[in-house]
Amino acid sequence: MEGILAQTIVSGLLIGFLYALIAVGLTMIFGVMDIVNFAHGDYLMVAMYFSFWLFFLFGFDPLFSLPIVTILLFGLGVITYYLIIRPIINAPMLSQIFVTFGLLIFLRGLAQFLWKVDYRMIPQTLSSGNIEAFGIYFGKPQIIAAAGAVICNGVILWFLKKTRLGMALEAVAEDKEAARLMGIDSDRMYALAWGIGIASVGIAGVLLSSFYYVFPEVGANFGLIAFVVVALGGFGSIPGAFIAGIIVGLVEVLSGFLIAPSLKFMFVLAIYLAVVFVRPQGLLGHK
Amino acid sequence: MKNKLPVIAFLLFFCCLIFFPLVFKTPFPRHVLIMVFLYATMGIGWNIIGGYAGQVSFGNAAFFGVGAYSSAILLVHFGISPWVGMLVGVLLSALLAVIVGYPCFRLQGHYFAIATIAVGEIVMVAFLNWNFAGAAVGIYLPILEQSLKNFEFHTSKLPYYYIIVCIFLFALAVCYFMEKSRWGYYFRAIKNDPDGACSLGINIRKYKLYAFILSAVITSICGTFYAQYILYIHPSSTMDLMMSIQICIIVLIGGLGKLFGPVLGAIIFVPLTELTRVYLGSQGQGMDFIIYALIIMVIAIMRPQGLWGVFSREARGTR
Repeated sequence: MEGILAQTIVSGLLIGFLYALIAVGLTMIFGVMDIVNFAHGDYLMVAMYFSFWLFFLFGFDPLFSLPIVTILLFGLGVITYYLIIRPIINAPMLSQIFVTFGLLIFLRGLAQFLWKVDYRMIPQTLSSGNIEAFGIYFGKPQIIAAAGAVICNGVILWFLKKTRLGMALEAVAEDKEAARLMGIDSDRMYALAWGIGIASVGIAGVLLSSFYYVFPEVGANFGLIAFVVVALGGFGSIPGAFIAGIIVGLVEVLSGFLIAPSLKFMFVLAIYLAVVFVRPQGLLGHK
Repeated sequence: MKNKLPVIAFLLFFCCLIFFPLVFKTPFPRHVLIMVFLYATMGIGWNIIGGYAGQVSFGNAAFFGVGAYSSAILLVHFGISPWVGMLVGVLLSALLAVIVGYPCFRLQGHYFAIATIAVGEIVMVAFLNWNFAGAAVGIYLPILEQSLKNFEFHTSKLPYYYIIVCIFLFALAVCYFMEKSRWGYYFRAIKNDPDGACSLGINIRKYKLYAFILSAVITSICGTFYAQYILYIHPSSTMDLMMSIQICIIVLIGGLGKLFGPVLGAIIFVPLTELTRVYLGSQGQGMDFIIYALIIMVIAIMRPQGLWGVFSREARGTR
């Protein structure tokens, strides 16, 4: 019993790091420009398909396709910004919600149209296998994914706090007008936020693709989980998303283990409701 | 002249409603028409909360599901008439709207939209795991003798058509009187300027709740109709997030906060879905969604008020 519980907690922690990485892009875009990207989970799906096809057509292991997909998704994020987000920055919130929702439907429909609803999986990767320590099995792809997520979150945080470009981005998030007076081009900063935000979810997608199925709806649940993580951590807070990701991962596996696996998603969503009712600013957000 | 034109237009529209099935005698166009009015009615329901009161709810499919499941469960397990089931569904949906709405209406904008997604998904997961309600298998409704009392017709789709037209006209009437009444002004005030509405003494949360209840009731009636029409219900066919999204799409295409917006939206949306399904088959899977997505994004960027305005502006120009 203790063994299984420990195993469960470990797998919850590992998946939690990945949730944090998925959510970081969402919280960053929200923090910088107050727009919620409802299609966030579907960029994860796109990255997973890229990773799958690179493997299937060229035999690239996900670890090799990681940089390629990251660059592709960065470009996709920037293109998305210029094409459909920029026109609605000052539009009513209803338009903003519907634009990113349209994007969600578009990406999901496109995936369904191009690749059908089949579940696909990369069969054998460099990172396949298990490690045993203290009587607990760690899946190697999960460990690599968790480590990648931690590193990636660290790099984003370092970028925002220590580099001039990152600080400029934070300045725009803090006060757009003041940033403009300091000579910061908010338009380019927004594009950068979209690029980084989508690239980070792309990294998560590639890491995930080495141990999870790819199908057109895969982004739905991960996208919702990302919302829960972002809300729990506080909209716009990156360290908050990191902590919240781990909490959500733990809640998911523990409720699945202690209550019923088919109900675990319910508990994850209940966290969102509990947070927005009791502490709307989240764990580390400020209002 | 200014006030007569809409009346004449509406009478023409009404005549078309009655005579449509006499022109289209094969089952498929009738099925499409039934779906058009079903979706138009759901759109009217969503329009009250989303279009007039400005609260984007992505959880309306939950009310649709509650309506469908209430009548189906009562019929299958207790042999109670679907018409009674429809009323029970309405009451339960209104109750759900209060339970969900009361805490959620403290939230604004995105927070509210995401909360409704969460509630909708929670309700769906609950139904997927509720054995009494058929869990993941769904419910097959028993085939009974066809009659209005049993709400089942097997030889022709015509009675279904007239029933859904009646439901549609009822919803349209509710929406029309709501729009003209004090509530309609309150709802629009809440949408356009919540702080201003509050300072004028409007109890925002109370009126949002009223809008939500109206919306839930109309959507729930559609759910019962759907269960009786298809005779098979499943959580993912009645309360999936995609269902909620489709309802919003219809209103957005047609025109938010316009009485006939959802009708226009449904006339564009439903035939497109049904035709892509028939002509493209499984090869075209997802094609309809790609088309809507492009329409939605273009509309949200270029014409957030929807397509209805285009027509009424033209009408004004020619007058």
